[in-house]
Amino acid sequence: MLAVIIAVAGGKGGCGKTTVAVNMALSLASKKSVQIADCDVEEPNVHLLIKHKLLWEKPVSLFSPQFNMDKCTLCGNCVKFCQYHAIVKVPNKILFFQELCHGCEGCAFVCPHEAVERGEKIIGVVRGGVSENGILKLVYGLLSIGEPRAPPLIEAVRKSCNSDTDVTIIDAPPGTSCPVIASIKGVDHVVLVTEPTPMGLHDLKLIVNVVRKMGLSFSVVVNKAGLGDDKVYSFCKNENIPIVLEVPYERRISELYSRGIPLVEVMSTWREKFVECFELISEAVKGG
Amino acid sequence: MVRELVVISGKGGTGKTSVSASIISLASSTLKLVAADCDVDASTLHVLLKPRVKQEEKFSGSKVARIDKGKCIKCMACQSVCRFDAINDLGVDIYSCEGCGVCAFICPVDAITLEDRDSGRIFVSETKYGPMCHAELLPGESNSGKLVSLVKQYARKIAEDEKRELIVVDGPPGIGCPVISSIAGADLLLIITEPTMSGLHDLRRAINLAQFFRMTKIFVAINMWDINPEMTTEIVKACADEKVEVLAKLPFDKKVVDAVVNRMPAVEFDSTSPFSQEVKQLWDSLFSLLST
Repeated sequence: MLAVIIAVAGGKGGCGKTTVAVNMALSLASKKSVQIADCDVEEPNVHLLIKHKLLWEKPVSLFSPQFNMDKCTLCGNCVKFCQYHAIVKVPNKILFFQELCHGCEGCAFVCPHEAVERGEKIIGVVRGGVSENGILKLVYGLLSIGEPRAPPLIEAVRKSCNSDTDVTIIDAPPGTSCPVIASIKGVDHVVLVTEPTPMGLHDLKLIVNVVRKMGLSFSVVVNKAGLGDDKVYSFCKNENIPIVLEVPYERRISELYSRGIPLVEVMSTWREKFVECFELISEAVKGG
Repeated sequence: MVRELVVISGKGGTGKTSVSASIISLASSTLKLVAADCDVDASTLHVLLKPRVKQEEKFSGSKVARIDKGKCIKCMACQSVCRFDAINDLGVDIYSCEGCGVCAFICPVDAITLEDRDSGRIFVSETKYGPMCHAELLPGESNSGKLVSLVKQYARKIAEDEKRELIVVDGPPGIGCPVISSIAGADLLLIITEPTMSGLHDLRRAINLAQFFRMTKIFVAINMWDINPEMTTEIVKACADEKVEVLAKLPFDKKVVDAVVNRMPAVEFDSTSPFSQEVKQLWDSLFSLLST
């Protein structure tokens, strides 16, 4: 079969993205070659749930300007150019604010005196490993504390994925902004996890807008089913969005998660449910 | 002086907004406050506080490049200098473009211009608890940190103009740019966690972030603590190691979900529920911390 990339997203934090991504990956791994990529680089959790051996780690760095004050004439071109206000000129020197820099290299391009040298700053690491039973590959990013720029690290995580693995499952971060876009761009299908509460529905609507705008195939998983109300179901029905799985709200499931134990490892009937869910998604992908 | 209480969580879904809304409800009976929802890309505080929007403004988070096909000579210079891989086949991928302007600078025929992008809206509203500032980032837009800063600026302005005593900020999950913007200038940081392995892992990173920015008044509340008492003990220990005080252990309480479904802060939906009672004590502790 053709390699397929599925992202698991959902506007709301804590709605069960990681639970769905991890359990689906574990359920499929005995049948196909599978890798899971944790793109929630601010707070990655996949590696906590999958017992694994770490195999490699590589730092990810971005362009960071180094101002050579012997060459700098304080002309201010870089200051004027920088869209992010990361460079400020004071009477006799240049001040640089690393946390505002996007690493575009514009300052280096516009400097007429070659006073801006191309340095680098590490923004985080990407790590790769394999599950203890050897059947599931795992890649995740870890953003350095205090570093605001998640998207370039997310891209590094995605580039570290093996392109001929049968199934790649991406665990996306919460929200609907740039880190989410970086995580789901170009995937074959997005699974949107939600919970049946007004907050879950509110954030689901937002993320549905994102995936529609991006023209991606998508479906919904209702987590904590039985909790709250039925408005998520009527929304999906009215909008013709397929619900491919429901995970009920059960204390036992929450307890397992709290101990970092994936559902499918102790409740094996769930393995079949996640495989079925994947098959529904595969149909959706083929159907376009 | 206006004090600022910021509520964050590291991990999403730990109950930040439910706790914030209850704190706002309790605080408003003794203090004049301003509420601010800084979770701009998935804001939900308004679901519970039901604000009436009084003022609305457009927000442009950044620029976006536009290529004039008529002028373009297909030299590909723009495509090769773009650090964000935002130009493909001489078309701008608006989701990748960060509006830096390097392409416009390098273009030999001035075929590229930078335009303001429409990134979202910012609102000033009225609630029964006091004014509320909130925002809505358009789907897929970037620069949420800048929008968060704006929401906080508006909240501070209102607080100063109306001589209000407290700003309660409901922050976003994570530790990236919108979180950094949310905690900037906070007098008191409350981190809501849950007794799960991920909750603990993410809490540590959130605490380290606050310490990185040299915050000293960092406090923790463990929500749904009784789902896993052993993990709660572990979190209490981890907090002690970081020299961070655990102010409250809030019980798992179905009433909190019922309150959300009924679109009310939990303390108003049922003021005697176990959760409400603990939140009241949490607010009392926060109040005395804010008063010192």
